[in-house]
Amino acid sequence: MRYLPLTEADRREMLASIGAPSVDALFKDVPGHARLPGPIEGLPMHMGELQVERELSALAAKNVPAGSVPFFLGAGAYRHHVPASVDHMLLRGEFLTSYTPYQPEVSQGTLQYLFEFQTQVALLTGMDVANASMYDGATSCAEAVLMANRITRRTKAILSGGLHPHYRDVTRTNAEVLGFDIRLAPVDPTGTESLIAQIDEQTACVVVQNPTLFGHVADLTELAAACHAKGALLVVAVTEVVSLGLIDPPGAMGADIVVAEGQSIGNGLNFGGPYVGLFATREKFVRQMPGRLCGQTVDADGKRGFVLTLSTREQHIRREKATSNICTNSGLCALAFTIHLSLLGEAGFTGLSRLNHAKAVQLAGKLKGVPGVEIVNGGFFNEFTLRLKKNASEVVNELARRKILAGVPVSRFYPEDASVANLLLVAATETVTEADMDALAAGLKEVL
Amino acid sequence: MNTQGRKTTPDAVASDASPIATFTGNRALVHEEALIFEMDNPGVTGVDLEALPTSELRLGKLKPRASVGLPGLSEPQVVRHYTRLSQKNLGIDTTLYPLGSCTMKHNPRINEKLARLPGFGDIHPMQPESTVQGALELIDRLAYWLKTLTGMPAVAMSPAAGAHGELCGLLAIRSALAAKGEAHRKRVLVPESAHGTNPATAAFCGFTVDPIPAEDNGRVSVEAVKAKLGPDVACIMLTNPNTCGLFEPHVKEIADAVHAAGGYFYCDGANYNAIVGRVRPADLGVDAMHINLHKTFSTPHGGGGPGSGPVVLSEALAPYAPLPFVVHGKDGFHLVEHYGETELKPFGRLKGFHGQMGMFVRALAYMMSHGADGLRQASGDAVLNANYVLAQLSDVMTAPFGGPCMHEALFDDSFLKGTGVTTLDFAKAMIDEGFHPMTMYFPLVVHGAFLVEPTETESKQSLDQFVGTMRHLAEKAKAGDAAHFLAAPVYTPRRRLDETAAARKPVLRWTPPAPAHSQAAE
Amino acid sequence: MIRFTKDHEWIKLEGDVATVGITQFAQGQLGDVVFVEVPEAGRAVEAGKEAAVVESVKAASEVYAPVSGTVTEGNQAVADDPSLVNRDPEGEGWFFKLKLANTADLDKLMDEAAYKAFVEEQH
Repeated sequence: MRYLPLTEADRREMLASIGAPSVDALFKDVPGHARLPGPIEGLPMHMGELQVERELSALAAKNVPAGSVPFFLGAGAYRHHVPASVDHMLLRGEFLTSYTPYQPEVSQGTLQYLFEFQTQVALLTGMDVANASMYDGATSCAEAVLMANRITRRTKAILSGGLHPHYRDVTRTNAEVLGFDIRLAPVDPTGTESLIAQIDEQTACVVVQNPTLFGHVADLTELAAACHAKGALLVVAVTEVVSLGLIDPPGAMGADIVVAEGQSIGNGLNFGGPYVGLFATREKFVRQMPGRLCGQTVDADGKRGFVLTLSTREQHIRREKATSNICTNSGLCALAFTIHLSLLGEAGFTGLSRLNHAKAVQLAGKLKGVPGVEIVNGGFFNEFTLRLKKNASEVVNELARRKILAGVPVSRFYPEDASVANLLLVAATETVTEADMDALAAGLKEVL
Repeated sequence: MNTQGRKTTPDAVASDASPIATFTGNRALVHEEALIFEMDNPGVTGVDLEALPTSELRLGKLKPRASVGLPGLSEPQVVRHYTRLSQKNLGIDTTLYPLGSCTMKHNPRINEKLARLPGFGDIHPMQPESTVQGALELIDRLAYWLKTLTGMPAVAMSPAAGAHGELCGLLAIRSALAAKGEAHRKRVLVPESAHGTNPATAAFCGFTVDPIPAEDNGRVSVEAVKAKLGPDVACIMLTNPNTCGLFEPHVKEIADAVHAAGGYFYCDGANYNAIVGRVRPADLGVDAMHINLHKTFSTPHGGGGPGSGPVVLSEALAPYAPLPFVVHGKDGFHLVEHYGETELKPFGRLKGFHGQMGMFVRALAYMMSHGADGLRQASGDAVLNANYVLAQLSDVMTAPFGGPCMHEALFDDSFLKGTGVTTLDFAKAMIDEGFHPMTMYFPLVVHGAFLVEPTETESKQSLDQFVGTMRHLAEKAKAGDAAHFLAAPVYTPRRRLDETAAARKPVLRWTPPAPAHSQAAE
Repeated sequence: MIRFTKDHEWIKLEGDVATVGITQFAQGQLGDVVFVEVPEAGRAVEAGKEAAVVESVKAASEVYAPVSGTVTEGNQAVADDPSLVNRDPEGEGWFFKLKLANTADLDKLMDEAAYKAFVEEQH
């Protein structure tokens, strides 16, 4: 078996030096009834690469890749072009097969890119510090609410009706366990909710998303001030980080914690994972932040180097008093993010952002003329909401049969809410061509 | 009082291996590499974009952002930068990486190739189900492998990592108890040798942690567990094989006792590599167990992540598995995403979208490559390799518990007593010898722990070189050459780093230098 | 009068206000102290319960109140410069001062000789 180097001769020699008669004898502590005599039944025996590739390629072929058809899905995961060099760097064995950098002398590669990553995230979000990544945007959001509780000692959190429903549900799942009072504001397709009146002295934080699930973009300065007036924190979630190249970041609007999904940069769609959660906050809250942190220091020769730091917040030291139980970060996904963003740079990132917005504006222009289609948004970044004259889910399925992936029907998230049944979330990134847009417009015309 | 505090500021210990000074500070293949922010060429970019189709802005009331502050680099500069950074890392691809409980086995590249097929990598989680049947089928197939290997009837696929899986298991237990009207059960039994995520997770779920002290033989005593059982116990969290690398021989008895007392058995599956394919956790009385795909099933550690931590569940806990999950009906595969569409009682949702699909593809490729026979052989070789290391080093190092061990061998620092060399110093000397050190100072139940897990993908030659090196270093320490260890490592791009300074005055990002002109202006 | 706890805290009574810190032995065990959290004035503390936190790079420890009482002052100096705990743990590196609920509680604790013996026996 190609991954197992030991020969029978090796095993005999090794057993002799151990003084055991067989490999099975080494399992003597396993209760007899649990020791299986042979390979587990119901599973195939080993296969070569060729066969594995054949079988899994067949499964892959049953899926419609986004790049093979006109594609307009967003809703928290976005299709962007990742430059070819990113993957080549990622696949270097020293990055791919290394572990968490607990021995910093032999991990300066990992530690330096994490330091660069943390800086990039702080710059993008307009905040003071960022951690070395978390599992994804949704779990980062949940962690932010827990952190707001640690800081304010309050247990009420208000979650916006424009916040991604997965973020709402993950936050609720994590926070209600600890007895928090999670207030879910009603779903807000028009971007007109007002949460200020609900903020009181029991509120730990308000969580909003910008742009919202429905694509609305807002200035959150007033909301931030209202939170602070009552001693509450403002948590802002960003599901499309490319938007941060064009619209003011939450940090500039007064946010206390920013959480984001970093998938858009460096990481493909991957059917929902692995993704990369971004987490950023103000300097004064650093010790309450969950997740790994990379810090700058010097070595014995006085040279600048990097180490994991402030580890005493984490589970392996604080155990039951940890700020979180998180152990893994999203290492390789964070590296992909860092490399892609390094390639983009200031000009490329702001340019990409403008291009995304321009594509969405262009698309909106083409859809405006389609009968039965109404654009809900006044403003947006690269995603907006359509109100269709028919059930959006049926329209999407019909267009899928015509080889167009038209967007995400809101009913996919809220199946029991009749008021959103005709709403469709449509995104246009730099990967969408004019021909794709024309195909969507034509398809909608036919189907509606 | 935590007694594992140890030196975190390097001494200025001179090294005999003083290299010649170079003009650049580089040493041939290893470069002094600045931060990207220090290489900024304003206006330069590594990506060419098409022209804007329109310059119209529709940002509502918002004005466009002035600037972000990112540095500009071209593609050749970026490629060179990250290539140079990679050369400062060790990986499984470069050397033996015997980190106990991490299972640093070879990461097959066919897994990478298959995960990148457009049919897996370029599909959106919210595409209509008819367009992603292959993806749903893959998740279902991986679930089948996990259930069959473990003997468990159900599996929750969405947790993103091991600790996340622990959270999943404990939340399922919590829900199961509440459903029976037993929400008052708030106490969780956790051995003192457990990984920190265990008590952290229990606390995170609103439980109180009741530690079980370690026995002299490194195992959990049935009597100690029974003494702690009561009507307020929610569950026990056991790692098996445990963090000392030993199989808990009384695990079934413990499981039965906990069940009889109305509690559940959560098993931390971090050490599953010792028994995969030859022992089924279901036969040990497990109610929930997370599996680290990035440990047992070879998905790459990637410098710290991403992981994937599916949780196998018993009949009693299965109804509470979180959303979403895949079901297989006559019309094909379907993803259950809403509470209202199932009679089951999911405790909630743990993650955005569906789970770590990229890791599922890799793990399934790995499982199919090995097959039932290969997996059985893998766990056997993993245990054999660890026992070989234990047997070969027991005379020069001190192993607190007698063999045989499972897939990892535990030593303590008794053999270094009086040498002036600590476990940390020993580890740093291993680095100069070309190895990544083993896990150090864990588990906490022995002093100055060395936890060595070679895994099954190490050849005998590799193990012999490792064992020879460890013997040499142990003898060198005992011979009184402490200076060698205290100066180590000397050949690495950086020598020991000042972790105290990093923690006292944290610098967590690069900051642009203050402008040269007077700040008193205005 | 000075007394010691099994958790390596010292408590020195002067008048009716006592000063609390950790011992020389404790700071050696911890390693370089990087962070200290001291309680604020007015906080009620209970004997044997957490009153402050001291962290080194690799370890975090609770500092327990040796006796019950009310905190009169937290030592801002160690919060600003945690290395003070390593340099002068039984002097300038004190953690907090408190007014005792019951002076007699001090009698339950070890005196200097007993603590010395305790430390030797432990290690």
